[in-house]
Amino acid sequence: MERSTTGHGSFGSYLIGFVLAVILSAIPFYLVYTHALPAQQTLLVIGVAAVLQILVHLRFFLHLNLALTPRENLLAIAFTAILVFIMVGGSFWIMFDLHYRMGG
Amino acid sequence: MSVAAAEADREAERAEVHEQRALGFWLYLMGDAVIFSLLFATYAVMVNNSDGGPTGRTLFSIRNAGLETILLLVSSTTFGFASLAMRAGSRAETMSWLLLTFGLGLAFVGLEMREFYGMVQAGAGPDRSGFLSAFFTLVGTHGLHVSIGLVWILILAGQVMAKGLTAPVTSRLFRLGLFWHFLDIAWVGIFSIVYLPGLL
Repeated sequence: MERSTTGHGSFGSYLIGFVLAVILSAIPFYLVYTHALPAQQTLLVIGVAAVLQILVHLRFFLHLNLALTPRENLLAIAFTAILVFIMVGGSFWIMFDLHYRMGG
Repeated sequence: MSVAAAEADREAERAEVHEQRALGFWLYLMGDAVIFSLLFATYAVMVNNSDGGPTGRTLFSIRNAGLETILLLVSSTTFGFASLAMRAGSRAETMSWLLLTFGLGLAFVGLEMREFYGMVQAGAGPDRSGFLSAFFTLVGTHGLHVSIGLVWILILAGQVMAKGLTAPVTSRLFRLGLFWHFLDIAWVGIFSIVYLPGLL
């Protein structure tokens, strides 16, 4: 159980992931709760904290690792990222352009 | 540990990881990720179409969203501990962590149901506006996933009890773990895109 392998994590690595996730959640919740920063900056912090927290989850909970995770799984996640980029980016492009052209 | 032994250990590790690659299940999760991404995109397009009705600022509660976040995050961690107990071969410990995870997940679904019920009672159901349709579709899809995960935890807890930690059971628990951790990632997106910006 105490094998601290990168493949599946250990008690310590789950704890590290948990603590990092708590911090990365607490910061945006605190900012929204207190309105300590202007809205635009708060949104930026929310976005950065979310991306970082997702990386923390992938690393410490799903044990994604560029060296140990099988290549086909990494390929699948890369392909998914491309699909999401095209579909979400394309939807935004079309919908916000439409919104603009309709004079909204 | 000698260099050769460390290398052998790494080799064994690689083989084990490869065996547990769960490619098929991984592909399913990627498909689910695409579904959630598109629901997020739909929400982002619809969020301002509240048709003069209630918006996130009045409907959302930061306390509720925060509690849900904590419950799901702790449950993701306790599932990790269940996986560790499973690999250590401790049946009783695996069961305890699984049941704790189940309790936390159930509390999450309970909070979400209460929130949904309150909104519908206040006349802010999914039929009120485009914003609310998108909200209920996105958050409801996530809640449905968590609910299915709860049933799945119960089934596998039953299998651990009845069959013990056999190879098929540990393999199923591994996939359930992937599913459960994945749902917490989707939730990070939900509080970062729906609740927090809505309350800003």
